[in-house]
Amino acid sequence: MSRIEFMQGNIACAEGALAAGCTFFGGYPITPSTEVAEHMAKEMPGLGRTFIQMEDEIASISSLIGASWTGAKTMTATSGPGFSLMMENIGYAVMTETPLVIVNIQRGGPSTGQPTMSAQGDMMQCRFGSHGDFSIIALTPSTVQEMYELTVKAFNLSERFRCPVFVMSDETIGHMRERVIIPDSVETEYRKPPEIGKLPFEADSTLIPGFPVFGQGHRVHVTGLTHNEKGYPDTNDHETHEKLVKRLVWKVESKRHEIADYDIENTSSEIVFLTYGPATRTVRQIIKDRPDLNIGHINLRIVWPFPEEVLSKFKSAKVFIIPEMNLGQIAREVGRHTNVPIHSLPKIGGEMHNPKELIHAVEEYL
Amino acid sequence: MPHIFCTGCGNGTVINCTLNAVVEMGWEIDDTIFISGIGCSSRAPGYVATDSLHTTHGRALAFATGVKMAKPDFNVVVFTGDGDLSAIGGNHFIHACRRNIDITVVCMNNMIYGMTGGQGSPCTPSGAFSTTTPYGASEPVFDLAELAVAAGANYVARWTTYHVKELTKAIKAGMETPGLSFIESVTQCPTSFGRRNKQRQPSDMIDHMKTHTILLSKKKRLEEAGQKVPDDYFAVGEFARRNRPVMGVKNK
Repeated sequence: MSRIEFMQGNIACAEGALAAGCTFFGGYPITPSTEVAEHMAKEMPGLGRTFIQMEDEIASISSLIGASWTGAKTMTATSGPGFSLMMENIGYAVMTETPLVIVNIQRGGPSTGQPTMSAQGDMMQCRFGSHGDFSIIALTPSTVQEMYELTVKAFNLSERFRCPVFVMSDETIGHMRERVIIPDSVETEYRKPPEIGKLPFEADSTLIPGFPVFGQGHRVHVTGLTHNEKGYPDTNDHETHEKLVKRLVWKVESKRHEIADYDIENTSSEIVFLTYGPATRTVRQIIKDRPDLNIGHINLRIVWPFPEEVLSKFKSAKVFIIPEMNLGQIAREVGRHTNVPIHSLPKIGGEMHNPKELIHAVEEYL
Repeated sequence: MPHIFCTGCGNGTVINCTLNAVVEMGWEIDDTIFISGIGCSSRAPGYVATDSLHTTHGRALAFATGVKMAKPDFNVVVFTGDGDLSAIGGNHFIHACRRNIDITVVCMNNMIYGMTGGQGSPCTPSGAFSTTTPYGASEPVFDLAELAVAAGANYVARWTTYHVKELTKAIKAGMETPGLSFIESVTQCPTSFGRRNKQRQPSDMIDHMKTHTILLSKKKRLEEAGQKVPDDYFAVGEFARRNRPVMGVKNK
């Protein structure tokens, strides 16, 4: 059995987190993400879980990392400027292989920009914003239903891969109200304990070490410094650093085909839209309204790691049209993986792409 | 055991006092978590055989808040330094005190940034030389104990690495008091601080602590009598022991 509700995107995100077993939420208010924190503040105490409003976003992600090492499933929700403040500790979470979920309800930037308007301007920040080499996972819902489902999925991926996972949504989906089917229960994944005899940061063939939860006798030392498999600092040895950082990147990148989550339509088409988030909705509308245009479509539910194999499924493609609510951040990534011409269709200022704009772009190629 | 502290460093004394207090408290190893930020002081948890987090610069108290709120059964001890706690971590410090979260904070105040090579910190005494105060520190000093009292911590004390017994007792008293306990230890740093301030030997710095401290109660008596305490003296003792509402206490 499941129930049907009419729900706001941000509330669906909070509900998804609760269903996935989130036991700790640390956050700091910022528009347009606040409804996530407000809903968690309302629901968590009654469930015996912890909600805390920290003094800023840096403190929020710090509290998540601390809580995560006690075995808690943790989440925070923020928007552009707050996301930027978290960058240093996102790197710490990568380096220490700490599972946590960060929801970014994107707004217009740079700087304080347009707090109440939608954008997708943080797609490159989430991938490359912290310092050093690393890899992360980023999910991009395009409906309120997906906001629920992908938040659950974000928890499962972060537990499995022991890395920060981002729900890169935006004001449009966050504040939209839609019909959502809420299942009675969802599939949840829990981090695996360390194998007996293994060192705290010693990985097996999955490249992911078991997680030594605090208080269980592992006596593990966790540091953001380059560390050996025991967990102790070893900062001057180039081999230790290379081995560690390559493993952290490769544990995600080597599984990118498995992590990939997209849907594709009309693979024989010559004109193919690649979208994530709000533009997905517009493309679906024009495919419905104008079957004569014979449009192909890729909707990415996970943008990072970038699932480049999806592009080769469109053997007849003559152009990839990429509408984004930024100045072409993912269009550039698509271009790295294909010789097919790229047509970036950027739009900033807060409004979604409308059908007319997309049809006009298609007509240029007909 | 090999360690990274310089010859004559006072951090070992503070770690020793803290661990003695832990032993006196009878805390179980597996229920005790040591957390630190960045700097010399922050390497301390690496030498303690418990679960420990060596975090980012200034953020130890925010990490510790997460640990304690997610798992109130743990005993949480934070090692920090003056720069880590009061400069980059200042906001986390006052809010941890305001929340009065049940954590013990031990601050090794060596009056300088030691790990980065001796730059001035908010606790560098007026006129003292450092690599970023080559003409003598010109900014007023942060009084961390007074700050913790004002921000709401339940237990606040300051001693030095000369006052080993008092320091151990104060840390234990802080551990016994529910809520945030802040214990500041003025700590010698002959390598980065003393060398530039005519206290090249560790003993020079310890002698200075011995001769330039005044008991808080005596200082108050003098002030009430209208007598002046010399500017280069600093007060040691118990600044607060009270029973304000707390966060993150153990489930009884």
